Amino acid sequence: MLLMSVWSCFFGQDEEDGTETGEGDEWMQGKTLIKPLDQLDLTEAELKEEFTRILTANNPHAPQNIVRYSFKERSYKPISSVDQLAVHFVLEGNLLHQDSDEARRQRAKQGDVEEGGGEERADSVESKAGKKEQKITNQFNFSERASQTLNNPLRERGCQTEPPPRANFSATANQWEIYDVYLEVLQKQEKNKEKAKAVPKKDDDKGKKKMMLVETQSDDITKVAKVAKIIERMVNQNTFDDIAQDFKYFEDASDEYREQEGTLLPLWKFQYDKAKRLSVTALCWNESYKDLFAVGLGSYDFTKQGRGMLVFYSLKNSTFPEYIYPTTSGILCLDIHKHLPYLVAVGFYDGCVAVYNLKEETLQPIYKSTAKSGKHTDPVWQVKWQKDDMDNNHNFFSVSSDGRVVSWTLVKNELVFTDIIKLIIEIFDNVCRPAACGTSFDFHKQIDYLFLVGTEEGKIHKCSKAYSSQFLETYNAHNMAVDAVKWNHFHTKVFISCSSDWTVKIWDHTIKTPMFTFDLNASVGDVAWSPYSSTVFAAVTTDGKVHTFDLSINKYEAICQQPVVAKKKTKLTHIEFNPVYPIIIVGDDRGYVTSLKLSPNLRKKPKEKKGQELPKGPEVEIAKMEKLLSLLREPENSNA
Amino acid sequence: MAETTESKKDEADYKRLHSFPLIRHTDMPEEMRVETMELCVTACEKFATNNENAAKMIKESMDKKFGSSWHVVIGEGFGFEVTHEVKNLLYMFFGGSLAVCVWKCA
Repeated sequence: MLLMSVWSCFFGQDEEDGTETGEGDEWMQGKTLIKPLDQLDLTEAELKEEFTRILTANNPHAPQNIVRYSFKERSYKPISSVDQLAVHFVLEGNLLHQDSDEARRQRAKQGDVEEGGGEERADSVESKAGKKEQKITNQFNFSERASQTLNNPLRERGCQTEPPPRANFSATANQWEIYDVYLEVLQKQEKNKEKAKAVPKKDDDKGKKKMMLVETQSDDITKVAKVAKIIERMVNQNTFDDIAQDFKYFEDASDEYREQEGTLLPLWKFQYDKAKRLSVTALCWNESYKDLFAVGLGSYDFTKQGRGMLVFYSLKNSTFPEYIYPTTSGILCLDIHKHLPYLVAVGFYDGCVAVYNLKEETLQPIYKSTAKSGKHTDPVWQVKWQKDDMDNNHNFFSVSSDGRVVSWTLVKNELVFTDIIKLIIEIFDNVCRPAACGTSFDFHKQIDYLFLVGTEEGKIHKCSKAYSSQFLETYNAHNMAVDAVKWNHFHTKVFISCSSDWTVKIWDHTIKTPMFTFDLNASVGDVAWSPYSSTVFAAVTTDGKVHTFDLSINKYEAICQQPVVAKKKTKLTHIEFNPVYPIIIVGDDRGYVTSLKLSPNLRKKPKEKKGQELPKGPEVEIAKMEKLLSLLREPENSNA
Repeated sequence: MAETTESKKDEADYKRLHSFPLIRHTDMPEEMRVETMELCVTACEKFATNNENAAKMIKESMDKKFGSSWHVVIGEGFGFEVTHEVKNLLYMFFGGSLAVCVWKCA
């Protein structure tokens, strides 16, 4: 194909190659013109026609629209540029560039093979020489020098840090413990809420424990005091548990077999260390707090007069008194106000009277009579609170050996005294009227102005507050001093008196002679009516016995005669019935107070007949007494 | 029968009332304590049925936050005696019946 195209260029077969044919012709004219047989015959005009030919560098044989398949685009794509290079002739020569790798390799080989120093080639001189030098000998004569730097000696250093401090902790986690703790916390929260409402304080939420700590520190003493008191009572209750049980529930079963007699069951025994040398001179139950009673301590001995003490005990705590008031002079009598349980009137051996307020913190009385304010000149034997007077001032009466019955009124800060009556000894010649010594008195329960005074001579005077110089009545009661007179709680006419002449007498105040007389074989210190029955009373004697009588059962003898103190020499000085519980307290001259429980026989109530109503209350008691008295009166009336 | 179910309901109500987290004993500093308590509450609520997973969650979080190595016990009835690093103990109640004890001891 190529040859054909070349020849066509020279000889021009087609119309396109017109000029070339022209040249071909000229070339051919030098020689004899040989026309090939298939040569075109063209006219001269056609021969002169110029055909332009453009020569480009493009290879005419190079295809102009090569299309190749592109796998990427999955289609046939025309190749934009086609290689126009046409290679006509290739001859590979055997010349190497001197710096090429192959040349170097060959030089190296030649250098190894040839032994002679080739100075002709300037290129390889140096390299050859260097190789030869290495090979032959060390011409520079260098020596190796090595040195070792100083290695620091190794040191072992160890350090043990202090381990963080440890502590042990142990606890138990149960359902009930969790529950308890939650309850506690809830309660505390409620309390805190209440406190927050009451007093607006900042409640720290940080740790309720902290708050509790702060509280306890500030209220330390008072909180401990209250708690200590409670604990003391608990301990006492535990220690004297059997006594407490007896006090409440014990009823002597043997009373059923004893027809009429009863017994006294000893309960607690009250004593105070500092009061050992003193004798009990007064006893009084508190009307409002039925377990609280007051004990006055002093001395009956004229020669042994010293200090005294006012002590309050509670049945709940028999080991230590609730209140203690030491006094300079011995106490002889005391009385607690009926409605104000904290007011206590006290009469002293030195003739003073004083009023104590239990609510006060001080140990001093709030009122005290002095020589100026009309104190008695002789020992005060009895004090009794009265109803508040017209100005609503509290007042009380006192009777003393100096023969005066004085009324004391608490006006603001003072004790104002008023002589009510002066006791005089009636002597027939009426010349001198020495004052009689009053030793006891009692006010009528219902009739306010009526009262009885017992004297040292053994007489009892019935007096009225209205009359200051005259008595309403005088009874020749005893041969010796009248130690106690007491109105009956129920029957308005009956009163009882006791004396050191060994007798106890019961009177109707309208009749000058006693209704009943009892001889007790020893000096009688005190007598008291029972609060639950009009016919029961008890008396204490200096031989240490308590005599209990019930007139409805036995009119002549005691239904109970019982020694209550250990040592026979101790004398019983006072007795009081508890207004509510069936117990009595008995004071003796050694400073002890013994409490005793009355057995059922001593507390008998009238038997009710079947079908009958049970009339309870004071009427029954009055009726009982009246019945007894009427029995007595009739023979008297008949006798008289 | 009705009474017992009622009493059970009352008990359940009680427990719900008592389900606030209550710290019984701790010696942690304030921040740490609050964080730990909240973490315990979250874990116990998340894994209410599975104490082990709750304990695992608490332990791993505590290890990351406060260092190794922590120990966690969760249960309704157990007694324990542990040695712990000082200021790294928390013992609390939650949910009316769960007790959680967390302490650190390397």
